[in-house]
Amino acid sequence: MKKNNSFLDRLFMALVFVFLYAPIVLLIVFSFNSGNSNMVWKGFSLHWYTKLFRNRIIMQSVYTTLLVSLLATIIATVAGTFAAIGFYAMRRRVRNPLMTVNNIPMMNADIVTGVSMCLLFVAFFSGWGSFASWFNTLGLFRLPTHLTMGFGTLLIAHITFNIPYVILSVGPKLRQMDRNLVDAAMDLGCTWMQAFWKVIIPEIKPGIVSGALTAFTMSIDDFVISYFTAGSSSSTLAMTIYGMTKKKVTPEINAISTLLFVTVLVLLAVINVREARQERKLAAEQRR
Amino acid sequence: MSKELIRLRDLCMAFDDEPVLDHINLYINDKEFLTLLGPSGCGKTTTLRIIGGFATPTSGDVLFDGVRINDVPPYQRQINTVFQKYALFPHLNVYENIAFGLRMQKLPEAEIKERVMEMLETVSLKGFEHRRPEALSGGQQQRVAIARALVNRPKVLLLDEPLAALDLKLRKDMQIELKRIQQQVGITFIYVTHDQEEALTMSDTIVVMDKGSIQQIGTPEDIYNEPKNAFVADFIGESNIIDGIMPEDNVVQMYGRRFPCLDGGFAPNEAVDVVIRPEDIDIVPVEQGQLTGTVTSVTFKGMQYDIIVDFRGFKWLIQTTDHCPEGARIGIKIDPDGIHVMKKSAYSGMFGDYSSFSEEYDELDDATLSSDEEESGDEE
Repeated sequence: MKKNNSFLDRLFMALVFVFLYAPIVLLIVFSFNSGNSNMVWKGFSLHWYTKLFRNRIIMQSVYTTLLVSLLATIIATVAGTFAAIGFYAMRRRVRNPLMTVNNIPMMNADIVTGVSMCLLFVAFFSGWGSFASWFNTLGLFRLPTHLTMGFGTLLIAHITFNIPYVILSVGPKLRQMDRNLVDAAMDLGCTWMQAFWKVIIPEIKPGIVSGALTAFTMSIDDFVISYFTAGSSSSTLAMTIYGMTKKKVTPEINAISTLLFVTVLVLLAVINVREARQERKLAAEQRR
Repeated sequence: MSKELIRLRDLCMAFDDEPVLDHINLYINDKEFLTLLGPSGCGKTTTLRIIGGFATPTSGDVLFDGVRINDVPPYQRQINTVFQKYALFPHLNVYENIAFGLRMQKLPEAEIKERVMEMLETVSLKGFEHRRPEALSGGQQQRVAIARALVNRPKVLLLDEPLAALDLKLRKDMQIELKRIQQQVGITFIYVTHDQEEALTMSDTIVVMDKGSIQQIGTPEDIYNEPKNAFVADFIGESNIIDGIMPEDNVVQMYGRRFPCLDGGFAPNEAVDVVIRPEDIDIVPVEQGQLTGTVTSVTFKGMQYDIIVDFRGFKWLIQTTDHCPEGARIGIKIDPDGIHVMKKSAYSGMFGDYSSFSEEYDELDDATLSSDEEESGDEE
């Protein structure tokens, strides 16, 4: 009876993994197919990958994605770290509600964030248009009257949705820090800013790095928010892939998806390994 | 006596309209070991933080060498601090921790090395310079914290309950060690503690605080022998505090009987608090006793017995080396110098009765780290 149960358990587990990973495995396998089909295997080839790297549109969107992710990560990490320090200095009664407000965007449906940002940009641009036409009548210098969504709005959107992740990973590091450390540094001759660089930053660095990695991962694989904020002039990788699937699904998509999957997987692995290492270190300290 | 170094003038402090310090006036001499002593929430840590520059008083002045330093930031004061739980920098080793302040002053590397090594010697930590703080014991971390502060050659060292996290044996050793270091470097130490024994052992001057105001300032002997009010009498050591009146100088009346004493200067028949230390009471046969009472409880304490004696409903604590069985009737005799008379104060009647005596009456509950965190008000 018991044996039977455990067999069913294993079968169930196996099914779960098959359903989870079979599509991805299939995608990866057929990215190496030499034929033109996603069903018939015609032999191994890197044909689709070479084709991919020759595709100007795809390479352009890879460049856009990397640039926007990198910039958004850097800006969001700096802003998020300072925001976390601000939260830390607050009284609990003020901090807790604000932390909840901070967490809502992470839970919120991407589509809502995307649409609302899109609406905000459109509203701002129309306001800007009126302001610029008025300003241009003054004749000082000319402001562009017609702004459109593009790389700038895409970047702003990415920064916005990245900041909460940074705050969330830096905050606990600050709370683990001995409150007297900053006082001690100032006691020994540091100004607040020097204490910040010499004491706070080294203490919370692990949190900052995990926050940045999380933000980068989020940026790389975001589709929905980018879709609503990138306008027609710029396009991220995810958006390009989506656009390609509207025509004929070629194994080229498999190839690019495989690369995206591997990138995100590696980033996630790095984040998890780091966290596990920190927890082990923390546990070791507490045991002492 | 040496010259005055720090003066606190009419210092008031409030967190969120909740007063923490109430008109503190205090001067601290050069090369003095001064202890701020009081229970949690009495304002002692806040006072220390104001002197260190980590908190700004709501009103009043802090003077250092005659100059007002209210608005001088901590990094410009000739004062260094040893923090509760040490606050060593975890990412730096012992050497770099101690060198931190010197590096901030941009001293040449050779001088830094010389001074750090000299300091390591002072705190007996030679050979530990490459260890990480987390690889040190509590007592060693403590000494690194002291070295890190002293290496800057401050005029004043502030110590915020530095021994609270150590165990009893180590604490006693460190008390002596601290006093030795203070005498060796010859600077002012301002020490905050809630442990009366620590205060009595190390201090030149003790400042007893409660509820944000100073209750008494004096040498350890003064504070112990001549407490100013019932709070001080009870907080420092054990005290029986009895209602009495002073019919005339050198005579105090309790329980309707007149006792000779050495105090005077009260109005005729003024109501007073009479302090009698448990060790100043002699047990005598009933017929020779100035007072007689019944033993209600006996506790063996090693060096002495603590016995509780009921004198007409008011229970006294007496420490004696003679064993008196429970229920025995005894007489007591008090020498004139064993009686201390205090003016009535807001604390009268709150302390000094051992009716609710229990076995663990001990002076104060021991070293609670959390004790002063509530005090700083805005902390968690």
